[in-house]
Amino acid sequence: MTGIGFLLPIALGLGLLGLGAFFWSVKSGQFEDLDGAAMRILIDEEEQDGGN
Amino acid sequence: MNAHASIAGSATLEASLFAVEGMRCAACIARIERGLVEVPGIRSARVNLSARRVRVEHDPAISEDSILEAFRQVGFDAHPFASDSVADNRSSESRKLVLALAVSGFAAMNIMLLSVSVWSGAVGTTRDLFHWISALIAVPAVAYSGRPFFESALAAIRKRRTNMDVPISIGVIVTVAMSLYETATGGEHAYFDGAVMLLFFLLAGRFLDSVMRARAEDSVAALLRRVPSEATVLIGGKQVRRRVEMLLPGDLLFVAAGERIAADGTVLEGSSDVDRAHITGESLPERIAPGANVLAGTINLSRPLTVRATAVGNQTAIADIARLMEQASGSKSLYVRIADRAARLYAPAVHSLAAMTFLGWMLAGAGVHQSLLIAVAVLIITCPCALGLAVPIAQVVTAGALMKRGILVKEGSALERLATADIALLDKTGTATLGRLDASDLPVKAGERAILAALARASRHPLARSVTCAMEGVEAAKGDRIDEVPGLGVEGYFAGRRWRFGRPDWVGSKRDGGTTAAAFGPADGSIRLIHFADALRPDAQRAMAELDGLGVLPQLISGDQVDVVRKVAGLMGIQWRARVTPAEKTELVIEQQRSGHHVLMVGDGLNDGPALKAADVAMAPAAASDVGQMAADIVFFGDSLDAISRAVRAARRMMRVVKQNFALAIGYNVLAVPLAIAGHVTPLIAALAMSGSSILVVANALRLRSAAK
Repeated sequence: MTGIGFLLPIALGLGLLGLGAFFWSVKSGQFEDLDGAAMRILIDEEEQDGGN
Repeated sequence: MNAHASIAGSATLEASLFAVEGMRCAACIARIERGLVEVPGIRSARVNLSARRVRVEHDPAISEDSILEAFRQVGFDAHPFASDSVADNRSSESRKLVLALAVSGFAAMNIMLLSVSVWSGAVGTTRDLFHWISALIAVPAVAYSGRPFFESALAAIRKRRTNMDVPISIGVIVTVAMSLYETATGGEHAYFDGAVMLLFFLLAGRFLDSVMRARAEDSVAALLRRVPSEATVLIGGKQVRRRVEMLLPGDLLFVAAGERIAADGTVLEGSSDVDRAHITGESLPERIAPGANVLAGTINLSRPLTVRATAVGNQTAIADIARLMEQASGSKSLYVRIADRAARLYAPAVHSLAAMTFLGWMLAGAGVHQSLLIAVAVLIITCPCALGLAVPIAQVVTAGALMKRGILVKEGSALERLATADIALLDKTGTATLGRLDASDLPVKAGERAILAALARASRHPLARSVTCAMEGVEAAKGDRIDEVPGLGVEGYFAGRRWRFGRPDWVGSKRDGGTTAAAFGPADGSIRLIHFADALRPDAQRAMAELDGLGVLPQLISGDQVDVVRKVAGLMGIQWRARVTPAEKTELVIEQQRSGHHVLMVGDGLNDGPALKAADVAMAPAAASDVGQMAADIVFFGDSLDAISRAVRAARRMMRVVKQNFALAIGYNVLAVPLAIAGHVTPLIAALAMSGSSILVVANALRLRSAAK
């Protein structure tokens, strides 16, 4: 039974961590332009920082 | 993405959105983002490839036109994007749904883990503890993820209507409340897992649906942007720049070559060519002389004109079309989606069933508590979980299959409407034909080709552009003093010899081919006439026959002359009507609808806009004017009209699968409901029924991956 006392908070905490990370990624616009992100990797960055 | 936030960040900059055509690859992104910032006044440009939009941060002083010119410099056609705020709303709605989906997914997984141990026999304190933890996760998760449903249900109830969200909301809230009571009193069954899983599946369907929703673009506003904001007015011989709103009928307007005409009017002085492609879809420029009528929004191509305004502002032909389009969207907004039609039958049935179960058990002598528990079980088991997924998943899979074939579905319900279409009205120019001028009789000698390429490149006249397209890959010759002579053509000196490309009489040809021909030749030598024609789309006849075979009767309607339309219709083997004005096209559509037909309108030009809006479902080729594309529900790429019959076939297959899905989902319920009424449904059975039917529905919809074959 004591195992549950540890494991439950850990499991829930890890899940919440993932959820928090997902919220952050959506809020910071990482899902705005999925096609563009796939293409931008191909741009050579000679003149300037093209990936910003 | 959020324009307002960054404006606030730097007060001196303004952000504008532009819709840009032809962005496809990494090179395009780099070219736009690097090319634009080199223009003074533009601070930054950010491409959104998924939305085909570019956000430009610029000095407020710099005009819209110079930004558009900057786009042209890097090789792209851009349009100011009409409704910034609408697009923002749209994407924030999707974003809210994604977040709600994530929360419900997280909650469902964790509660399910706890529930497994309860199902497998945990009793006493352990069960109570797990119920309490489940409640702790479920209550905030339901409060957050359930909002889209609660809000929509409330809105429906306020209007004294019901929709799918009403039974969902009642089911979820009653389930959670009941489970909380059970938890507090140390009861055996808590349905937190069922409630949260239900939300998760429903949100998945809702999210797919929002992805499919049209990127609502205000096509009418975009239309009116075709009219310039300022015009040059002649007052007592002086040229004065005036805002368009200040123009009056009777004003004398001076229109420079290359400028858009600001009002409808009659030409007083000058002769020129006018590009009416945006208004009529007609690809050939029209030659005009004093006395001719011109329309607001058309482009004066070659020489300056003096025009007496006859209609300004709201009275212009283009404003008329905009009004027609606004009025015409009736049949589409009246369309009730199949899922909502199902909900209208489903919701009352489910609620009366639950109520009757409660009453039945009360009468049979069970206590209030037990009767309520069983009634709640009925509500859970009948919740339209698979129903909520059945339609969106089928639409998304079908749209994906069509997308691979170059057919872009802009709205989910478009496929539902397309499946019922039994009449197809096709516009001629740009729809039945390719809508572009293909040059024939081009020179064959390499030397001449190089010279022609150099001359054609120097002009923006539609005929010159067509030659440039046809000569792609030909290296242009190096010449001196290449000059465009307005209204006549281009001339230049190559190896000391003068060459011209332009109006046949100017170049020196004895024959005059009208606006559909141009001449090319040296000052002293043989002159070649180059002919231009708008070709019929390949396979048009076969595609029409196929459409007919599907039970969709194709018909050609056009504003063009009788003999031209008859000829094209003859080649396609279909019925036709000629000399139809935009308003008559709309009337024709409405007339067919009154006689019980479902109309598919295929058109491209601005003149088709109202008819596209009025029709039950509308398609446009990707080469269409932006107004045509916005008014259409489905846009197809490529030159072949096969896309129409392919889309119809896919839509019908989709509807079959949707109906199968409904049958599957309801069949599941029919099996489970007697169990629930009898009081045998435990949380475990509810969870199995729910996920089982959802998985079945999704698997069935995946068969549509081949729908576009």
